[in-house]
Amino acid sequence: MAVAHAPHDKSHKPEMLSDTQETELIIGPGHGYDSVTQKIADTVLVRPLSWSWLAMVGTAGMLLGMLLCALTWTFLMGVGVWGINIPVAWAFDIINFVWWIGIGHAGTLISAILLLLHQGWRTSINRFAEAMTLFAVVCAGLYVTSHVGRHQYAYWLFPVPNTMGLWPQFRSPLSWDVFAVSTYGTVSLLFWYVGLIPDLATLRDRATNPLIKRAYAIGSLGWRGSQRHWHRYTALYLILAGISTPLVLSVHSTISFDFAFGLVPGWHSTIFPPYFVAGAVFAGFAFVLILAIPLRAFYNLRDMITMKHLENMAKVMLATGNVVFYGYLMELFLGYFTGNRYESYMTSNRMFGEYGWTYWTLIFCNGIITQTLWIKKLRTNIAWLFFISILVSIGMWFERFVIIVSSLHREFLPSAWAHYNPTFWEIAMYVGSMGLFTTLFMLFVRALPSISIAEMKELVHHEEQHGAH
Amino acid sequence: MEIKQESSIYGIAAEYQTPEALMAAAYRVREAGYLKIDAYTPFPVEGMSQALDIKDKWILILMLLGGFVGVFNGLLLQYWGSVASYPLNIGGRPIISWPQMVVIMFELTILTSALTGVFSMIILNGLPELYHPMFNVPNFDRASQDRFFLCIEHKDKKFNVDEITSLLEKTGALHISQVAR
Repeated sequence: MAVAHAPHDKSHKPEMLSDTQETELIIGPGHGYDSVTQKIADTVLVRPLSWSWLAMVGTAGMLLGMLLCALTWTFLMGVGVWGINIPVAWAFDIINFVWWIGIGHAGTLISAILLLLHQGWRTSINRFAEAMTLFAVVCAGLYVTSHVGRHQYAYWLFPVPNTMGLWPQFRSPLSWDVFAVSTYGTVSLLFWYVGLIPDLATLRDRATNPLIKRAYAIGSLGWRGSQRHWHRYTALYLILAGISTPLVLSVHSTISFDFAFGLVPGWHSTIFPPYFVAGAVFAGFAFVLILAIPLRAFYNLRDMITMKHLENMAKVMLATGNVVFYGYLMELFLGYFTGNRYESYMTSNRMFGEYGWTYWTLIFCNGIITQTLWIKKLRTNIAWLFFISILVSIGMWFERFVIIVSSLHREFLPSAWAHYNPTFWEIAMYVGSMGLFTTLFMLFVRALPSISIAEMKELVHHEEQHGAH
Repeated sequence: MEIKQESSIYGIAAEYQTPEALMAAAYRVREAGYLKIDAYTPFPVEGMSQALDIKDKWILILMLLGGFVGVFNGLLLQYWGSVASYPLNIGGRPIISWPQMVVIMFELTILTSALTGVFSMIILNGLPELYHPMFNVPNFDRASQDRFFLCIEHKDKKFNVDEITSLLEKTGALHISQVAR
């Protein structure tokens, strides 16, 4: 079962693939249907629990506990326990909401847009990227529900018929946001589950423990791989990808409307939708890299998540990062070009005001340091990629900080100016949401195949057919 | 009505090593005039639907209908909420400001279409179906891993155990078995 790509005809065993070798392959040589199945399924079914995994889940679980404490305190005492004030009524809550939901975008981009563009390399990274999306949306959802002033009325966000005859204000972008994010969460879940069905059947057929076997059997709905089923399945998968493509672009555009429809200087801008979408993809790919690099090392998946994948993701990061950087420069230009006193004050305040250091942090993390990805040697250096991805995640967090806090804390009139400092509870909730994400992700890695088995076999089949001549 | 002789049989299944062998066998069985056939593969094999003459278009149609339902629902919901049930006059701006309704209409189009598609796939495929006669086929647990199966079902008009067995033997099957119901 020799895999294609004749120039790389060295016969390595899959495990021998080092990081610098075979940079053009998207699957290690020597893989057949059985080896792919075995490798991915065994990570879930056979591999014993390791101390490092338990330590990771334990740590994440403690952070999750901290999140629950912070949420409970917020629900009991109200959002007054946060450092927000008037005019800075949005701070950590919306920063983190936008940060998490932005991270989610890479998952859908990989699973939907790259599928439509026939990018074969998406295959081994789409499953865990989709899981990442899902868990990121869960984290984002926490902030939406907790940031409302009266938590018991949070359901008013949805158009629930009620005795008061009240409806959400459908003309408000905040209302659109509710629809966009809940649709996004639902469609991501559906897409992810549909992709999982055949793999759950594989796990069912390989599991030896009768209880585990039964659980996977129920999860797989009794999938048997019938061609009549595959026929409808592939049609569904393709159309889902097709409709998820405009969806993923619409979600962050709608989130940008939350700002762009407001009159606050620094928000009221038509550049926001494309700039937000690019930023979301940028942050998302950084996060996929943060997850992929340890995943492939711990579970020895270097032959499935190859250097080619990492390099391609770095390229997407470079491209979207430059779109974002262009957005920053454009904002500077527009701030002065408009001649509007408030806009130009906002622009200089952003750079040299109280929170000026956050602006320079984001410029450095998102605009300057990513330029090193032009160099192939650095783009294919795993440690550097990991480092850059963390910097980008930090930079994108500061981007939202700059947009929200720096713009709000200088209102139109100096009489309304204020300072903002996060309190312990806001920080606890932020760190805690990372605990929630990590807990969910660690459980996912052990309970479900983190690489799509069926799609990997499709890839093997494809490579075999094209390797025949 | 006459009770059929082999009613305890679901069909006859053959196991293949590769998708190509399965595909060739499927064409051969079709040429021999069998219609009630199905293939079982660990991943969707390109061209297999043509080989088995499966032309189902329901997913596309239903998802399109779901999309239409979604877009009209979105319009109706917002019209009801902000025009009929609770009109708010804000600075004399028009009540029926439809451009502001586009985002929610779009989101509901996608949501309804996706939900329709997924549930249609599950229901049209007769899932969840935790028991199926095909699971009785020896080695069938590899149909989700690395083996490829073809089954000629008992309900086929031309169904005849001996004829089918000898036909399948000629297609290079690794193993042929009668499928108990």
